[in-house]
Amino acid sequence: MSTFTTTEAALNRDEMAKIVAADIPAGAFVNLGIGQPTNVSNFLTAQQGVTLHTENGMLGMGPVATGDDIDEDLINAGKIPVTELPGASYFHHADSFAMMRGGHLDVCVLGAFQVSEAGDLANWHTGAPGAIPAVGGAMDLAIGAKATWVMMGLFTKTGESKLVEALSYPVTGLGCVSRIYTESAIFDLSGGTVTVRSTHGISFEELAQRLPIDLAKAA
Amino acid sequence: MAPRIATTAAEAVANIHDSATILIGGFGNAGQPMELIDALMDCGAKDLTVINNNAGQADAGLALLIKERRVKKIICSFPRQSDSWHFDEAYRAGEIELELVPQGNLAERIRAAGAGIGGFFTPTGYGTLLAEGKETRVIDGKGYVLESPISADFALVKALRADTHGNLIYRKTARNFGPIMAAAAKSAIVQVDDIVQTGQLDPEVVVTPGIYVDTLVALGGKN
Repeated sequence: MSTFTTTEAALNRDEMAKIVAADIPAGAFVNLGIGQPTNVSNFLTAQQGVTLHTENGMLGMGPVATGDDIDEDLINAGKIPVTELPGASYFHHADSFAMMRGGHLDVCVLGAFQVSEAGDLANWHTGAPGAIPAVGGAMDLAIGAKATWVMMGLFTKTGESKLVEALSYPVTGLGCVSRIYTESAIFDLSGGTVTVRSTHGISFEELAQRLPIDLAKAA
Repeated sequence: MAPRIATTAAEAVANIHDSATILIGGFGNAGQPMELIDALMDCGAKDLTVINNNAGQADAGLALLIKERRVKKIICSFPRQSDSWHFDEAYRAGEIELELVPQGNLAERIRAAGAGIGGFFTPTGYGTLLAEGKETRVIDGKGYVLESPISADFALVKALRADTHGNLIYRKTARNFGPIMAAAAKSAIVQVDDIVQTGQLDPEVVVTPGIYVDTLVALGGKN
């Protein structure tokens, strides 16, 4: 879908968010997950005409509310006060998730612990003994949107790849991720093939050495 | 039949008994029927099964019911939060049972109960720990999990305004679970800011028709 590119430096968080924002098609209905994905909204342009969905029952979500605009009845999925934009609508929880599960959202952007080469996603539970599990809307979002994109660091603190052959963390959704944005590279996933669209601060060859899976290079 | 109109939150929840199953509205604090939950605390009912998206925040509402060990089981999607310390303590002590449900399945299970659906196949959770032991089916090449409805003895719901027929309107994202919970309970108890005369709510904007509402209490409010 795109020509292979490379940059000298790794991407910082804002640069990643800016690239994700630019990749969102004009007029799309989008759900941005909690954490890094939320930052994408700061780089969407008015000309794109993107409508943001929040799982707790709203389309047309605006920026975070400040000062007198803070309203305890108007919050996002992270329970942060937000604002409404012209054209906004409210609906109950079953409708909100039917909208998601029914394939009406164009793109959803999520964080992840791991993604497999088949597009399996792990982002809800470390599986660590004693950890209290919480899932929220993660499983619904993962498999609901037409396209599920992930933003994550490519390596763990100890340097292991989070893009893996098979998940070691508990599954959130199977075969659902089609693109991964990381500080070091951007990947497209399709039918078990992982194609590197760009590298940042690392060459394709070095990347191929460090990752435990086969990589294709975008033309 | 028109709903019973209670004069206080205490009167509204007076019929809630030990071992009751209770749907409690709200997503975080938005739409959480705080005054009804406080009244439930005061009425003393225990061994409750509670369905809510979360497991209480800080030192208010549902968190206090859990702190007092009045909830024997909670069905929710997101118990662990930075301020869910009362749930965390009860859970680690083995003093509360947790049924964790993906949020959309939670909503659909509640909706199904109110709609008379005996079960449904959902793609959410397929192939995950939360589908273990559940019936699955592949339909048109896609995996689905059989989920069952969640009905309840009572629902505690917060809406913005009611008319004396029990028709409800909500406010912004405080609507969340309110409409589906009102429909799924044998007895839906709704707190509103104010109750207007029948005919004062535009039928075109009613969100929850009064057929689902059993008890109303007007508590005033800043909106």
